[in-house]
Amino acid sequence: MTRTQTPRGMTRRELLSRGVTAGASFVVGAGYLTAKDAAWATEMDALKPETMATLVQMARDIYPHDQVPDENYVVAVKGYDDPQRVDFVEAGIESLNAAARGKGYGSYLDVLWEKDRVDLLRGMEDSEFFQTVRGGLVTGLYNQKAVWPIFGYEGESYTQGGYITRGFDDISWI
Amino acid sequence: MAAPFDLNDDSVVVIIGTGAGGGVLANELAQKGISVVALEAGGRYLPEDYVNDEWESFGQLAWLDPRTTSGDWRVAKDFSGLPAWIVKAVGGTTTHWAGASIRFQDHEWKAKTNYGDVQGANLLDWPIDAAEMAPWYEKAETKLGVTRTGDRAGLPGNNNFKVFEAGAKALGYGEVHTGRMAINSADYDDRMACQQTGFCFQGCKWGAKWSAAYTDIPRGEATGNLEVREKAHAARILHDDAGKVTGVEYFDADGNLQMQKARIVAVAGNSFESPRLLLNSASSMFPDGLANSSGQVGRNYMRHLTGSVYAIFDKPVKMWRGTTMAGIVQDEARHDPSRGFVGGYELETLSLGLPFMAAFLDPGAWGREFTTALDHYENMAGMWIVGEDMPQETNRVTLNMDVKDQFGLPVANVHYSDHPNDKAMRAHAYKQGMAMYDAVGATRSMPTPPYPSTHNLGTNRMSENPRDGVVNRWGQSHDVSNLFVSDGSQFTTGAAENPTLTIVALAIRQADHIASEMSRGNL
Repeated sequence: MTRTQTPRGMTRRELLSRGVTAGASFVVGAGYLTAKDAAWATEMDALKPETMATLVQMARDIYPHDQVPDENYVVAVKGYDDPQRVDFVEAGIESLNAAARGKGYGSYLDVLWEKDRVDLLRGMEDSEFFQTVRGGLVTGLYNQKAVWPIFGYEGESYTQGGYITRGFDDISWI
Repeated sequence: MAAPFDLNDDSVVVIIGTGAGGGVLANELAQKGISVVALEAGGRYLPEDYVNDEWESFGQLAWLDPRTTSGDWRVAKDFSGLPAWIVKAVGGTTTHWAGASIRFQDHEWKAKTNYGDVQGANLLDWPIDAAEMAPWYEKAETKLGVTRTGDRAGLPGNNNFKVFEAGAKALGYGEVHTGRMAINSADYDDRMACQQTGFCFQGCKWGAKWSAAYTDIPRGEATGNLEVREKAHAARILHDDAGKVTGVEYFDADGNLQMQKARIVAVAGNSFESPRLLLNSASSMFPDGLANSSGQVGRNYMRHLTGSVYAIFDKPVKMWRGTTMAGIVQDEARHDPSRGFVGGYELETLSLGLPFMAAFLDPGAWGREFTTALDHYENMAGMWIVGEDMPQETNRVTLNMDVKDQFGLPVANVHYSDHPNDKAMRAHAYKQGMAMYDAVGATRSMPTPPYPSTHNLGTNRMSENPRDGVVNRWGQSHDVSNLFVSDGSQFTTGAAENPTLTIVALAIRQADHIASEMSRGNL
């Protein structure tokens, strides 16, 4: 089969711009992040607050890093709070909630164990919605400079003259 | 006449592409007093422009024009529109390359003879050999300033290398060192020494790594004999009724179609764009594409088998610090069929930053199995596998008539499926690489699948017999005497080594041949 430029293939470039967009949103919307619980209600432009809350939980369930605070996941998905994408996202989250209801839960957010939420996600793994969110997170989450120190990653070193005198070979245990 | 040259000047050599092949050929010809117009699809970026941020740099330098993929390689699934991670800029992928500069082993020039008949493989001997190439390799090593050649010292080993070296020694490997690298270990040729900054793949901000962008290209331009036209995208090579090429149509920076007349045309747009251009240049005289009487244009695409091993330790490594490709194990590069495959492979350290590690460690993966690996990014060490893959006629670049680029030209479709020999070699390399890390205390190691290709080879291969390939021992078309191929697409087989040094050596040799044939009146 010859693959043409599929949505997934295109996603790489889209994601790059989305990562930048998400970063910009973070600057603009930084204030709401301090009020963790009630924040969604006042800061959403297009999405329902519970939709954004579900999206953030979904993001954490896809790429769970317990040492990374919620605000970085919010930044990673904030780009979906866009009037042009609202139908796509609301429909995707509704399908996730429907899957949760099918298992006897009220909604995705009512599923208390991560393992049970992940089972629901596995069930929709091949959907365009899941793959869009997952693919977007690869840059949306990991390309945030704010998360790099959490993983120990130091980013560029050129402005400090590289590591030639700053520990490029400082390993001591080998 | 000095550069810039007139479109109607039919005395110039037109070179398409300015990377390791085209950029070097352009300078070498210019130094000999030959007029050259180099058409470069990308823009010009120099060390002050390079960005030490993986995604931002990718957006700046990578070739992102549409391409399509097919075949059973995982790249076609994970990165369907991005079969290669190569560069669209003056200097080509010499901005991005890691700098590893190793010669082919003697036996690799004669793969058909030494490996015998391998079912499904379209093996062929190169029409040249190690003895013939030795002086050209030496010139290339001198040009690039390759460490551990001549009197140039090796680079110091970084943290990633120290883990790699200890693992290699624990397994009993003997040929492990910090590599032969086109990265200065001391000031050389007006370029400074490596500052162990990392981000070798994003363009060296110190200019410590050789790149045609800031060596051969400006030196060629300084002669007055070389004009580089940036953002000039070659569309078609034209020919006359005698079957000689006469010029190149290209889209200029404003998107206008231009035609540069030429005495000689050299194609060096990499192993996707070079065959694409020849196929897009089909005419009534050459209905299957230019230089394609053998039917081999676009075929025998090779990409080295590749793959990576990343391992996690219980203590920090900080592999991103310093040279990205900081060392090599060569013990497995030999041809030893007792391992269950022909040919061999090199193991070379590699590191990715956190953003690219997330994208490439296991593309498409999610959940805790994936994220717990990234959690220990600081404690990771990494290596890359570079092994000889088998040329197969069915692995090929074709025109995808259903998908057009921004100029309306059919794009390249890149079809690749692993040969059983490739799979066997990769499995062996994963096992050895993981064993190296396990031997020095890795708590987890991971066989990472191949990235989009950087070593793209073989789609206009060199052959003694015109029936078997596209170009002769000089990279000259068997069919069209004033048409040359000057990039990695002329590789008959891929060998186990990173290809740039060989591309550069062939380009220096080709320049010598072209100049001599011109002075004899044969071209």
